[in-house]
Amino acid sequence: MAGAPAISISGLSVELGGRRILDNLSLEVARGEMIGLVGASGGGKTVLLRTMLGLLPKTSGQVEILGLPLENASPSEVRAIGRRCGAMFQQGALFSSLSVRENVEFPMREYLDGSDRLFRSVALAKLRMVGLTETDAEKMPAQLSGGMTKRAALARALALDPEIVFLDEPTSGLDPIAAGDFDALIRSLHEMLGLTLFMITHDLETLNAVCDRIAALHEGHIIADGPMSTLLQSDHPWLKAYFRGERGRAIQWAR
Amino acid sequence: MSDEPRISQTSLGEGAVLLLSGDWTARHARLIEDLAARALPQARRIVIDLTGVSHLDTFGACGIAMLREAAGNAGMKPVLMGMAERNAPIFDALGPTYAAAPPMRRATMLDAPETIGRNLTFAGADALALFSMLGRLVSSLGRGLREPARLRFPSIVHHLDRTGARAAPIILLMTFLIGCIIAQQGFFHFRKFGATDYVVDLVTVLTLREIGVLLVIIMIAGRSGSSYAAEIGSMKMREEIDALRTMGLDPVDVLILPRVLALVIAAPLLTILGVLSALLGAGVVAMFYEDMSPIIFLLRLREAATMTHLEVGMIKAPVMALIVAIVGAIEGLRVAGSAESLGLGTTASVVKSIFLVIVLDGLFAILFAWLGM
Repeated sequence: MAGAPAISISGLSVELGGRRILDNLSLEVARGEMIGLVGASGGGKTVLLRTMLGLLPKTSGQVEILGLPLENASPSEVRAIGRRCGAMFQQGALFSSLSVRENVEFPMREYLDGSDRLFRSVALAKLRMVGLTETDAEKMPAQLSGGMTKRAALARALALDPEIVFLDEPTSGLDPIAAGDFDALIRSLHEMLGLTLFMITHDLETLNAVCDRIAALHEGHIIADGPMSTLLQSDHPWLKAYFRGERGRAIQWAR
Repeated sequence: MSDEPRISQTSLGEGAVLLLSGDWTARHARLIEDLAARALPQARRIVIDLTGVSHLDTFGACGIAMLREAAGNAGMKPVLMGMAERNAPIFDALGPTYAAAPPMRRATMLDAPETIGRNLTFAGADALALFSMLGRLVSSLGRGLREPARLRFPSIVHHLDRTGARAAPIILLMTFLIGCIIAQQGFFHFRKFGATDYVVDLVTVLTLREIGVLLVIIMIAGRSGSSYAAEIGSMKMREEIDALRTMGLDPVDVLILPRVLALVIAAPLLTILGVLSALLGAGVVAMFYEDMSPIIFLLRLREAATMTHLEVGMIKAPVMALIVAIVGAIEGLRVAGSAESLGLGTTASVVKSIFLVIVLDGLFAILFAWLGM
């Protein structure tokens, strides 16, 4: 199934507590793409991500990850998909009782057959890739700063050399320098590992610097989809407000 | 779909070429390691040729780095060639592979005394924390009494409902059963002496003075003390306590005093319920197991149940509840960032408060003996 798109969503609807969050939403992401999802806070971006990861039940529609439909997948197929995807949650979601290195080793120990030496070496390599040192590797999650938590969470998402990585607001809460570093890091990892990236972000700089495609989610639909230039030219009032507001203008000006 | 990784070896004079092929990826991790460990030939120089590698990821690269390192350690000057350009950064990031786990520290003879010493200092710190919290509660209560608006009555009532009213059914059931059991054992053994009448005295004195209050407090420690520790601990983890402090509010005023007061009020009430239920249980057993008429049971009960016995139980209940609530609050405030420390704090609150309650019970026994109660 090498030709199947990385992510294929068709006619997806999700209702939570009687409210329709996603309404007949369709989206396709090709392999190796870096797609950014934008939308208002509380507009269903995280709901979409969680539905794609199988953490939320959907009302109707279909989600295929790497060509495998999620709904009638057997437990072993779900495991196989989990092995080929990595997710980085908004708050990091590092396991608090394990050290940073053990956090990165955890998915390896679950899915792979290998020695401690190999796992340690690869875990340290991943941590080095995201810019953490060997001293950081032995720290507990509670001892990390916000930026370091994000880096460690990214290292864990990359632990199994996944084909798709889902990132939920990777740069929120980082200072501009750290966020800029993070953008560069994601770009270089993309080049190095040939990942498909699905990223939720509000950070216009990140969208501009990292994503080659942007999808805008508004009132449960994808209202625009394409490179930054397409979105900037869109006439949709919400998109206008989003990209041509005070902060959006800085981007346009920078281009 | 995927090729197994392979290494084929060609000798060239003093040197050797290792030709790697197949998928050097995570799913073959064990195989890659085995190959890397076994592939080293007897040669002066080796070339590791990656041209045949169809897929490479970090795990494969790590295996290759291990091979290269082993060759380097054997003095063979390994050369990597035929690496796809896009894979170069993976090798750059790898760095030295991790050799072996650092040796575990051996247990020594001195570990036991060290642990004892450390635990003793912890016990000292616990005692200090207990008295310091007691002091903060008293000062908070003082402020509250001067300005009753600061006492947070809605919060007290809410916790009184949670730890008092909702605990009543389980406490009634538990003490009823305990009353039954004590009475049955009493009748069974006292029959041999023909002293079954005194079973009523036994049950009455025991439940009024000791068992009633102890069981209720132990149930409270397991049910409410632990939930205090868990609630305050998770508020600490989510920085809610810090948020209160920055608003200029004292967490003792807002969170701890209402909880402590609620428990101190609830404990004597629950104790009365517990004692009554235990006596009812004893009465039921007396009626059906011993054929003692309820009238006789009540008459003997009236003689045995003096006000003094009740007072002894009632004086102990609020003091013990105070200890349980304070220990819960202290352990909650000690929670650090991890989920594990929350679990440890909750457990510690139950273990420590039950232990302290038993010690306190002993001290009360001495006090009441001295007072002649």
